[in-house]
Amino acid sequence: MEHAHAAATAAVHTVTYLRWIVFLPLIGVLFNLFVAPRTGRRGVNLVAPGVILGAFLVALTAFFDLKELAPGSALVDSVYPWITAGELHIDFALRVDALSAVMILIVTGVGFLIHVYSTGYMAHDEDFARFFTYLNLFTASMLLLVLGENLALLFVGWEGVGLCSYLLIGFWYTDPEKAKAGNKAFIVNRIGDAGFLLGMFLLFWTLGEQGIWTLSFSEIQTNIDKLAVMPSVITAICLLLFVGATGKSAQIPLFVWLPDAMAGPTPVSALIHAATMVTAGIYMMARLHFLYTLSPDALSIIAWVGAATAFFAATIGFAQTDIKKVLAYSTVSQLGYMVLGVGVGAYGAGVFHLMTHAFFKALLFLGAGSVIHGMHEEQDIRKMGGLLKRMPITGWTFLIGCVAIAGVPGLSGHYSKDLILEEAYGKSILLYVVGTVGAGMTAFYMFRLFFVTFWKETRASHEMTHHIHESPWTMTLPLVILAGLSIIGGWHFVFPVSQWLEPIFGGHHPHVPAIIQFMPTVMGFLGIALAYMMYGRKANPAEGMEEPLDAWHKGALHKWYIDEMYDAVIVRPMTALADGLWKVIDVKVIDATVNDTAQVTGIFGGALRLWQTGNVQNYAMSFLIGAMAIFGLGYYLW
Amino acid sequence: MVSVVTFTPLLGALVLLFLKREHEKGARWIAFATSLLTFVLSIGLLCSFDSTVGTFQLVERAPWIPDFGIDYHVGIDGISLFLVLLTTFLMPLIFLSAWGDVHKRIKEYMILFLVLETGMIGAFVAIDLFLFYVFWEVMLIPMYFLIGVWGGARRIYAAIKFLIYTMVGSLLMLVAILYLAYLHNTDTGAVSFNLLQLYDLHIPPQAQLWMFAAFVLSFAIKVPLFPFHTWLPDAHVEAPTGGSVILAGVMLKMGTYGLIRFAIPLFPQAAYIAAPILISLAVIGIFYGALVAMVQPDLKKLVAYSSVSHMGFVVLGLFAFNMQGTQGAVFQMLNHGISTGALFLLVGVVYERRHTRLISEYGGLWKQMPIYATIFLVTMFSSIGLPGLNGFVGEFLILLGAFKAIIFVDGSAALSLWSAIYMLTAISGVVLGAVYMLWMYQRVMFGPLENEENKKLTDLSCREVLVFAPLLALMVLMGLFPNPFLSRMEKSVDVVVARMAPEQKVHYSDAQGKTEKNTVVAQTEHTR
Repeated sequence: MEHAHAAATAAVHTVTYLRWIVFLPLIGVLFNLFVAPRTGRRGVNLVAPGVILGAFLVALTAFFDLKELAPGSALVDSVYPWITAGELHIDFALRVDALSAVMILIVTGVGFLIHVYSTGYMAHDEDFARFFTYLNLFTASMLLLVLGENLALLFVGWEGVGLCSYLLIGFWYTDPEKAKAGNKAFIVNRIGDAGFLLGMFLLFWTLGEQGIWTLSFSEIQTNIDKLAVMPSVITAICLLLFVGATGKSAQIPLFVWLPDAMAGPTPVSALIHAATMVTAGIYMMARLHFLYTLSPDALSIIAWVGAATAFFAATIGFAQTDIKKVLAYSTVSQLGYMVLGVGVGAYGAGVFHLMTHAFFKALLFLGAGSVIHGMHEEQDIRKMGGLLKRMPITGWTFLIGCVAIAGVPGLSGHYSKDLILEEAYGKSILLYVVGTVGAGMTAFYMFRLFFVTFWKETRASHEMTHHIHESPWTMTLPLVILAGLSIIGGWHFVFPVSQWLEPIFGGHHPHVPAIIQFMPTVMGFLGIALAYMMYGRKANPAEGMEEPLDAWHKGALHKWYIDEMYDAVIVRPMTALADGLWKVIDVKVIDATVNDTAQVTGIFGGALRLWQTGNVQNYAMSFLIGAMAIFGLGYYLW
Repeated sequence: MVSVVTFTPLLGALVLLFLKREHEKGARWIAFATSLLTFVLSIGLLCSFDSTVGTFQLVERAPWIPDFGIDYHVGIDGISLFLVLLTTFLMPLIFLSAWGDVHKRIKEYMILFLVLETGMIGAFVAIDLFLFYVFWEVMLIPMYFLIGVWGGARRIYAAIKFLIYTMVGSLLMLVAILYLAYLHNTDTGAVSFNLLQLYDLHIPPQAQLWMFAAFVLSFAIKVPLFPFHTWLPDAHVEAPTGGSVILAGVMLKMGTYGLIRFAIPLFPQAAYIAAPILISLAVIGIFYGALVAMVQPDLKKLVAYSSVSHMGFVVLGLFAFNMQGTQGAVFQMLNHGISTGALFLLVGVVYERRHTRLISEYGGLWKQMPIYATIFLVTMFSSIGLPGLNGFVGEFLILLGAFKAIIFVDGSAALSLWSAIYMLTAISGVVLGAVYMLWMYQRVMFGPLENEENKKLTDLSCREVLVFAPLLALMVLMGLFPNPFLSRMEKSVDVVVARMAPEQKVHYSDAQGKTEKNTVVAQTEHTR
């Protein structure tokens, strides 16, 4: 770029092409909605992934343009003023800086692979056009979330991805359970969004009282010193926005929707409920790092919520027997690590883990999808086994995913997770211990999953065994690419993410003792070894998984009865209250009062009606009496 | 021009009056054409509207009853402009939808609707209070008959309940209007019903409070604000589809329009004093309406209670007394008219086919009616307030404005237990709005298609798609491009907000004075 030589300092460059990153997927939406009925499957298979590839290429252009500029620069595309009311001005403006550049590359890159995969996965579904409409719309919303230059626009994407998540979880709507899972996802997320809105309002008016009317990230950052004098208000803003993050990024206490979200088609679980949407909370906090940094109180709460979620979800992952549920709890747990990263102020490490996790978790989910596809919609791992031989590409790539998430050196997960734990050690040894133990647990339940699903001999019925087949290339190719990324994603000389993000978050690396550095790796290997001893070594790895016996096992399998508790404490009382309000306040109190008043009036009216008999003679009579009375009165007075 | 728009529907009604009964089918066409013409004419208002002016424009004035200072005096500003447009926009859609669901006394149905339209437009454009009252009452009678004649099983009960509720309120308002004119007489020596002159009256606070109460009661019933809402579910359930659409789409707005046009600017001091009460009722309404909507077994009742919740948002925004809240409230009036109007039309579609509104009778409709389900989906999310659609803009601005009014005291955030409860209850509407809508949608559209009756359902016809297409287009348009609407109402809203500003400033300087005094006291103590 011609500015490159002049731009020794960070600068903002105005461009007009960023909008296409969002518009291209939207064009895909319109195509799938209106044109697809004419073109059929072939048109959809071409256009739906095609527009995402287009968006990826534009994102790549933006990335390289940004690379030419001085560190800390940004590209901004102001499309039009969206909402103006009084002092409030919200622009539809998009912004690419180092942080959002990483994000759009992940979203479009991984998103493209999953679109391609889906053309294979949904090949037999007659509603494929509707599926790709939603998937394209999701990608557009997610990109808007990431590119939005202000909090309000981020919120548009934020709710948009929630909508698509709802639609895709309930995609197979004839099953009421799936439809209900969609409801749950949207409603739980809305609770978080209410907190988000309050945080946004507080931020807006607090700055407004200082004469700064803005929701724009860059302007908030410029004026951050005006806020810095009010630490308690900052803490309130940070925590309210974090409530939104606990919804979207499935943290305690709002994580309950994510496991149920597995009701959606598996590519959806990979893209939305693992790689991209659920990371929105982490992205939002990283975006507002300058705000969060000002509130150590908020950060320490966030760190603990993250660590607790990482640990808690891992315990549930121990006992699950549904291949997608294991991955779902593992996702909740890994998101906990990212939140922990943010909480200890290691935003760069959090985003780094976000990226590596996007690679290996998308890989794992797509692998699970391939298994489910090959097993004809079977999801119970107890009925699988021995799949490594029958589905070699799926099996080996799945193994790579497991190794990556377990934190084995050389693969991506090791580098990003260890970075977070080292930073956590810098804040509190306790956080480090919880996170490190969690790392061992992760390795254990992931390899438990691997051994039971792929190892030894198959436990499927004879007829089923006959039908098991490797998936078509549209599904295996993305697996191979993602497996490659899961290996090299952590290599600094390939993806220098930390260095790339340094101008935004600043760079500082704590020096930690060697033992602290090695401990997570040791725990990872311990977990793998333990899983091998308990499952891999056995002739039938699934032995003893049939009936969970002890209370611990049972509790973990039932997710510690959190759903039941929420149902008893919140949902049921609320509906009972609603029913009571309607039947008592509306019907018994208000209506009865009004009707009683009406009745009293009615009695009066009835009394008056005796007068009005409708009988002409009576009227004539009263007329006569009246007239005589008037005459009499007149005569008397006169 | 304003008068032409106002009375064109009445002209159509007159034409219909002379239509012979054997040509009754033609009544549909005449009514539809009249309403379409009215809409086109009202677009003319939009075109000649000057958005840089906050006061009334396109004013027409002629003496009517000079002895009492009553004029025929009409005009529009940025607030009434859009409400007139909303009315003229919804009306053709109602006539179009009536092709399917009105089969008895077609001619009378059309006449009543056209008279109703004139009444509604008239009430929105009247600048003379007496004229406003006349139009206000003109609206009432056709609606009474529409419910009473074309309604469901309990139509008589519902119609009378509707009439009595509204009458009680409007009588009090009439007394207040007359007293206002009398005050003008004692102040200036001439009776006047001219709103512009009455704005300038200096009314003692005590009198303000009484008259404010009378006006607000009348409007609160119309909105309807909790606890004056119980006529609404009955009226909606019994009313024919078109009646429900107009009731929810336009007539409820008459209440909030009355607040922003009359009650608040005429009696700013009283409005300021009473704001906590009205905000409380609005917030209770948001929460209460949503909760009760959640457990309704009847589709129409559900939408009716959702109106209570949504209109609570509007009142909340109006009493925030800032630009964001008030503009949001006016915008939300339009949103509610469009999305709730669409929801009633949608319920009407299946009612017409199945003759039941019970949610439990449905299930799995998506399989059978995908176009219907998709349109319902968009409308539902417009009502829930999903960003990108119209509902969000209104809700966002209202809550933003209300946040300032509730949480901020004297320029900084000061959280008390009560303000926290207020704000949390208001924001709970955002969550509960999703709850009752999604639960309903899931039970109607998703799940297996089991009921044999539902397997016979047909998807939307071309005519029906034509009814919904403009509504959907507006939902998207207003969600993506709210500024053309907001900028046109800005100046007029500013006039209202500016009238409230002195009240707030008085309060603010009072508080500042107190703190200053306190510091002075503290200082003197210190020096001792």
